[in-house]
Amino acid sequence: MEVTTQGMPYEAWKDNEYIEKLVKELQESGTNVIVGSLDKLINWGRSNSIWPLTFATSCCGIEFVSLGAARYDMARFGWEVARASPRQADFMMVAGTIVHRMVPVFRRLYDQLAEPKYVIACGSCAISGGPFKKSYHVAMGIEDIVPVDVFVPGCPPRPEAMIYGIMQLSRKIKVEKFFGGVNRQESQKEFLAAHPVEGVND
Amino acid sequence: MQDLSVGTAWLHSLFLGFMPEWAAVTLECLLVGVGLMLLYAVLALFYILFERKVCAYFQCRLGPNRVGPWGLLQSVADMFKILIKELISLNHIDKFLFALAPYLVIIASMLAFSVLPWGNGLQIVDFNVGIFFLLAVSSIGVLGILLAGWSSNNKFTLIGALRSGAQMVSYELSMGLCVVTMVVIAGSMNVTDIVMAQEHLWFIFSGHIPALIAFVIFMIAGTAETNRGPFDLPEAESELTAGYHTEYSGIHFGFFYLAEYLNLFIVSGVAALLFFGGWMPLHIPGFDAFNHVMDFIPSVVWFIGKAVALSFIIIWFKWTFPRLRIDQLLTLEWKYLLPINLFNLVLMVIVVTFGLYL
Amino acid sequence: MANIQEKISGKFPEAAFNQAPGVLEVSVPDARWHDLARMLRHELGFDFLVTIVGMDWKEAGLGCIYYLVSTSTRENVAVKVMATGDREKPFVHSVFDLWDIATIYEREVYDYFGIIFVNNPDMRRLFLNIDWKGYPLRKDYDADPAINPVSIENERQTDFTDTWVERDGKIVKEERRVFQPEDFVVNIGPQHPATHGVLRFRTAVDGEIIKKIDIYLGYIHRGVEKICEGLTYPQTLHFMDRLDYFSAHNYHHGLCLLIEEAAGIEISRRAQVIRVLMDELSRIASHCLFIGTYCMDLGATTMLFYTLRVREQILDIMERTCGARMTFNYDCIGGVMQDLHPDFVKDVHALLDVIPRNIKEYNKIFTGNVIARDRMEGVGTLSREDAVSWAVTGPNGRASGWACDVRKCAPYSIYSELDFEEVIRSEGDSMARFKVRLDEIEQSARIIAQLIDNIPDGEYCVKVPKVLKLPVGHWFKMVEGCRGTFGLYLESDGTASPYRLKIAPPCLPAAAVVDHITRGQKIADLITIGGSMDYIVPDIDR
Repeated sequence: MEVTTQGMPYEAWKDNEYIEKLVKELQESGTNVIVGSLDKLINWGRSNSIWPLTFATSCCGIEFVSLGAARYDMARFGWEVARASPRQADFMMVAGTIVHRMVPVFRRLYDQLAEPKYVIACGSCAISGGPFKKSYHVAMGIEDIVPVDVFVPGCPPRPEAMIYGIMQLSRKIKVEKFFGGVNRQESQKEFLAAHPVEGVND
Repeated sequence: MQDLSVGTAWLHSLFLGFMPEWAAVTLECLLVGVGLMLLYAVLALFYILFERKVCAYFQCRLGPNRVGPWGLLQSVADMFKILIKELISLNHIDKFLFALAPYLVIIASMLAFSVLPWGNGLQIVDFNVGIFFLLAVSSIGVLGILLAGWSSNNKFTLIGALRSGAQMVSYELSMGLCVVTMVVIAGSMNVTDIVMAQEHLWFIFSGHIPALIAFVIFMIAGTAETNRGPFDLPEAESELTAGYHTEYSGIHFGFFYLAEYLNLFIVSGVAALLFFGGWMPLHIPGFDAFNHVMDFIPSVVWFIGKAVALSFIIIWFKWTFPRLRIDQLLTLEWKYLLPINLFNLVLMVIVVTFGLYL
Repeated sequence: MANIQEKISGKFPEAAFNQAPGVLEVSVPDARWHDLARMLRHELGFDFLVTIVGMDWKEAGLGCIYYLVSTSTRENVAVKVMATGDREKPFVHSVFDLWDIATIYEREVYDYFGIIFVNNPDMRRLFLNIDWKGYPLRKDYDADPAINPVSIENERQTDFTDTWVERDGKIVKEERRVFQPEDFVVNIGPQHPATHGVLRFRTAVDGEIIKKIDIYLGYIHRGVEKICEGLTYPQTLHFMDRLDYFSAHNYHHGLCLLIEEAAGIEISRRAQVIRVLMDELSRIASHCLFIGTYCMDLGATTMLFYTLRVREQILDIMERTCGARMTFNYDCIGGVMQDLHPDFVKDVHALLDVIPRNIKEYNKIFTGNVIARDRMEGVGTLSREDAVSWAVTGPNGRASGWACDVRKCAPYSIYSELDFEEVIRSEGDSMARFKVRLDEIEQSARIIAQLIDNIPDGEYCVKVPKVLKLPVGHWFKMVEGCRGTFGLYLESDGTASPYRLKIAPPCLPAAAVVDHITRGQKIADLITIGGSMDYIVPDIDR
């Protein structure tokens, strides 16, 4: 199955093996025809409407602003509805360094997002600590704090890279299953069970 | 000029052919209800896309253009997403009021929506105080916003809701006075009568100076009523996160979102009704040939065209002006708009009494 | 300067002096420090406290170096004060009553070194968690992650602060309240669209009126100063890009100048011209972004897109020469990384053509707008005295009538040969801060226009040793970033990496002063004022 999104030709993607593997895993469980086409409709809606949370800590955030500006214009893909309230956003672009003091706040923001929620780790700080690897106050990557869907490397990544990253997220959403089957949401539940926070139920 | 009431009357007689009258009326009510909701949703989706496109062009961008042809399906995709998004249940809130608020808001705007004159003979309720009813139901929306802010148990939403309450109650006055001013010249509160009174010339022309003043004030008050920039204090993004609906997610948030855009349509629809003749085509006394040509354009197109053109102006405001501060906003209303409005009402009465209108 | 030395030694016979180039260094014991400070502040006119450098000299003990500037005579004094007491509880007397900004600076030193400032009314940690163990910039700090693990539990919050006050010659510990129990405190930040990053204002409000703001920092504190101590000099340069990412060139320039001065490296005129060109280009880009985001804060979103257009054009020019859009890492020790792109001159001319047109457009859309004027005029007025006392430099200080442009008061590089005006306004309100930046774009364009056709030939980078070791000593340098005076203090022990590199950013005072100027204003004005101060949070927190 060729998974693509936003009118991009399939050959334009650089890492099709990964998504094909994912599709294969998902299809092993088999799908009902009706449920399958409902899934398709829902996923079409979800993958074409991913609203970011206004969240930035440092340099990458400025590139995210550039992404919204006239030259890169993320509005073309329908991503420009940046919501300031986490309840209404779909994904978090973790643009910038996450430090010790920010970690609880960041995790709380993630918990406040409504399902389905996604995280993009943007820039080397969010991926691994980046240039601040030796710091006493920087969390070495956000993977231990929240489950991450897409990594966008760079310091900071160019807006084009960010577009590619969000498109990959859109593609991943497209192969998800809303009704039954294996999907990312389940691994997220496992993750959250392994990293609980006091005071947050569910 | 084609009268659409012929069609509705035909439908009525068709139903009467095979069922008793009460059943026919019930069926018609149901049909109208479903039709109204569909129209409501379609218009809201159109408006969301329209605003995004217009704002993009103001900002030298392209706007949505990937989902569907020319991005037309963007807001449809958004709707699908929002419909199935999780409704977060919060712990420390008043659950009943919290759930009630978005319905209040959307019902208020739907009720107001129902009295608009869509076309010649195409109207859902046409009773003698139509415009008054519209004002009355549209103010229920404030209640929804206040409840939303109050029940969320959040400091930002509370501030947003209180701002909103202060703002809407104040600007309701201006709006009401503008309507009263125009009722003076129309001589009726019945929506159809108001439209028919503009058969020869729209009020904005025939009422000249007082009508122009009323129009300007109505547009300002209308923008404030719909909580749109530069009066978007209740949800001032850079100050209060998302204002009164900060805590809402999923379809509840979707209701606020839809109602916001539909209120935009309602305000411009009322402006079109009061100042630009509702569905009445452009008639200029003395130019009979021109008037005749104008009559060929369907009345529905006239109404929707006028409403969209006026909402374009309101969208234009939003993407041009910075936001006002709450005290400046109230000063504007109570110190400037209200006195001018009262004076304008007297002026209109004088104009009408002495027959000075065109 | 000899005059000052005489005056001080007349009153303080125990003071020791050292005349370094451009600055008089004084050292006094802590017992006499507050008296000396009062004399410096009130009698000798040293009203601008640039920074307090906390120091850990290992066996010699802990201490502070205060850099002071007189705004009238433009003389510099550095005062070294050694802390009394043991390493567990070192004490220095606070000078918060003489310079307002000292309150925040002293908290920073306390956070880094654990030096307790006696009489300072607020001795909470500034950047690190309340329960953080150890003082990270001490040389014996244990950086084991097990001691201070990453936690997803919420940080402990408190309304109290411990203070140490002197009563009858004895230092006693007291507890003070930051907020009163009846205060209605609204949290603005750390994740809030108006704070320009992860800054948190705990705002006590009375209705819509602000009673007090407690600025809560550290949400992007990355410990750059400590990391630098483990790196070689060329490596430390990278972090200058990531502090205030809009003044990346200016900050780089500053650190390069400092290291070159310490190492005695002379750079070519071509490199100097290129550096100044880049500085001014980034100043234009930075101010453009300021205008855009500021208008967006006030609700006029569209302006952002118009100003970003110019910024993108500048980024294109930079990208062609430097290879990156944001973190350029272009200035290096001895010159610049690579030569200019062949199209550089042409591109810059194209930019200079569009700038006047754009400024006209911005004025048309925004500056003259009646709503914008109502929102900005008279809001957040900062007097000149307060600006100096709070060390608010850069465009913010100049909007209050303080001529604080380092390019004019202490010209570095080739600025002394250039013909440009220092934009100064007297109103001190948000509108003035906005207009100063608009006018500075024009002045920067003027500087660029003077240089662009006269870039001299020559090598763009001189040869420097592969492993650069600086002689033992210390140096202090100030340059003008896009947001104000950027100070750097470097102490070398003769090895290839700095013993201590202290960064004095312009944004920390700009954020600290927000409390002072928002009191009695409305919540909406906090956004106006905060936006007009134009702070960059990673620059505050480092």
